[in-house]
Amino acid sequence: MSQPMLTVKQAGPLALIQDAGRFGVGHLGVTQGGAADWIAFRWANWLLGNPLESAALEIVMGGNLTLVANSDVRLALTGADLAATLDGQPLTPNDSFMMQAGQTLVFRQPKKGLRAYLAFPGGLDAPEVLGSQACTAREQIGGLHEDGKPLKTGDQLTWKGSSATPRQLPQGTQLPLPDSEETVLDMVLGSQAAHFAGRSLFDAFNQPWTVDQRADRMGIRLTGKALNSRLGGIVSEGIPLGAVQIPPDGQPIILMNDRQTIGGYPRLGALTPMACARLAQCLPGTKVRLQPISATQAQAAYRAQLLKWQ
Amino acid sequence: MKLRLETAAMDALTVRLFDAIDESNMAWIMAADEALRRAFDHALIDLIPSYTTLLVHYDCQKLTFAQATTLVRSALRNLTPADAQQGQLHEIPVWYDERVGPELPIVAQRAGLSVEALIERHCSHDYCVFALGFAPGYGFMGLVDEAIATPRLKTPRRRVAAGSVGIADRQTAIYPLLSPGGWNILGRTAVPLFEHAKRGEPLLRPGDKVRFKAISQSEFEAAGGDTTPLEERS
Repeated sequence: MSQPMLTVKQAGPLALIQDAGRFGVGHLGVTQGGAADWIAFRWANWLLGNPLESAALEIVMGGNLTLVANSDVRLALTGADLAATLDGQPLTPNDSFMMQAGQTLVFRQPKKGLRAYLAFPGGLDAPEVLGSQACTAREQIGGLHEDGKPLKTGDQLTWKGSSATPRQLPQGTQLPLPDSEETVLDMVLGSQAAHFAGRSLFDAFNQPWTVDQRADRMGIRLTGKALNSRLGGIVSEGIPLGAVQIPPDGQPIILMNDRQTIGGYPRLGALTPMACARLAQCLPGTKVRLQPISATQAQAAYRAQLLKWQ
Repeated sequence: MKLRLETAAMDALTVRLFDAIDESNMAWIMAADEALRRAFDHALIDLIPSYTTLLVHYDCQKLTFAQATTLVRSALRNLTPADAQQGQLHEIPVWYDERVGPELPIVAQRAGLSVEALIERHCSHDYCVFALGFAPGYGFMGLVDEAIATPRLKTPRRRVAAGSVGIADRQTAIYPLLSPGGWNILGRTAVPLFEHAKRGEPLLRPGDKVRFKAISQSEFEAAGGDTTPLEERS
C-alpha cells in the first residue's frame, strides 16, 4: 500500500509550506519566513492536536488549487474563507474535517481574508533548512524540492503523524481577519519617529490607508497622504517584523516575514505581531488605520494571545 | 563609540554604537554581539549586527521591555573592542575575466588603471564583513580603495550568477545564489558561499575578513568553477 498523501492535481497561484519561521539566522542574511498569519496557522495545528508550530500549507487566494487524497485523513482549515469545497460541498473554515480517499479539495477565491491554513496530522513532511521548513522563494530555501518554490501540479504532500486528536475552537475565538469598514493595526512607535515632521506623525495615525496591489510576503505597501522623514537614507541596519518603512515617496511599506534582514530606509516604528497577522489577511484595496500602542501594552496583548493555546 | 538604545518594535531594540560606516567599528560591534548573546542567552531570538548597529530581537515571554532595556545596558557596560584576529580570514580565489566579470574593463578604465592593476588593487586589502543581507550569505564588505570605487549599474541585471564578485561604491561582495543585482561584476569564485541543500550554513559571518586572490581560468575550472559567461545567463 502506498504512503498516505495528497496530490496536487492543479496548483493555484501561491501555496507554500510554512512553519513558525527560521530564527537565530538573521545575522547570516537569512530571512525569518514562516506563516504570515501566525495566529490562524497555530489554530490550524491546534485543531488537530499537533505541536502548534508544525509545518502547514499557507494558501494565498486559492485560485483553484486542487488536492486529491489517496487515503482517509483528518485535516484542519483556518484563516481566510477561500470558498473551499470537498467534492463540491462547501467547507466551514476554522474546523477540522475528514477527507476520504479519492475526494477532491478545491480552494477557489477569497470570500473573506487572503490566506488560509491547511494543517495535517503531525505536520507536513518537508526538508528542514537552518532549523525550519519555511519556504522562501526569494532565497531559494525550503519547500518540497528545496528550491523555495510554491506547490506545483504533481507535487505530493505527506505528513508526519498517523492520526489526529481533533478538537474544536474555544467558544468566542476571534481569528485575525480584516474588518468590513476599517481594519485597525496596532503599531509601536520607534525611536526614529522623532525624525518625522509633526504633521507626518499626525497623518500617520489620522487617515485611512489603503493596502496597495504591491503586496507580498516581503512587504505590503500602504497608500495615502505621504509621510516625510528628515532622515534621508540611513546606514543599513537590522529590520524587525512589521517595520513601517518610509521610502522617499512617503508611502509606507510594512515589512513582513520574508523581508530583507537589513535595510536603509527610515522607519516610523513596527506593527505588533498581531497586527501583522491581520494585515496578512488584507486584500489590496482594504482600508486600514494605524493605531499607536506602547511596547509594554503590545507585549501584554501578545502574551494573552499565547495563553489561549496553553 | 557612544551607546544609544532605540525602540525598534514590540520585542526588538536597536543598539546604536556609531553614526557612519568605518572598518574600525567592527571590533566594537562584534564585542557587543558577543556580550549581548551571552547576556540574553535563551531569551535571544535573533541578533543582527550591521555597520553601526545591532538589532536585538528578544523573547518577550521571558523578558519585559524594561528588563530587556536594562539587560542591554548592563551587558554593554565597560565594553572593550574585540580582538581584530577574532573573525575568521577567508581567502577567496577569483577568476577575474571579462567573460564572467563584464565590468572588469569598465571599472579599470574609470579608475585609470590597467585590468591587471585593478585586480591587484582589489586583492590588496583584507576586507571586513560588515553585515549579511540582501540574500542568505551575501556579505557586505569593504572598504575598497577609493580609486576603484564605482557606483552601482544604472539598471540592475535580472540574473547574476552565483559566485560573482562585484563592487558598488566602496563595498565589495560575492553573490551566493543566482539573483538579480546591480553591482559591477569583476569575476567569479568557485567557493560555495551557501550550500543550503547540503545542510550547510553561509560561509561568511559579520566580523570576518576576506582576502581575494586572482587565479587562472584553468585553476578556476579545476576548482569546479562554472565558466558560462555572465551575459549568456540573462
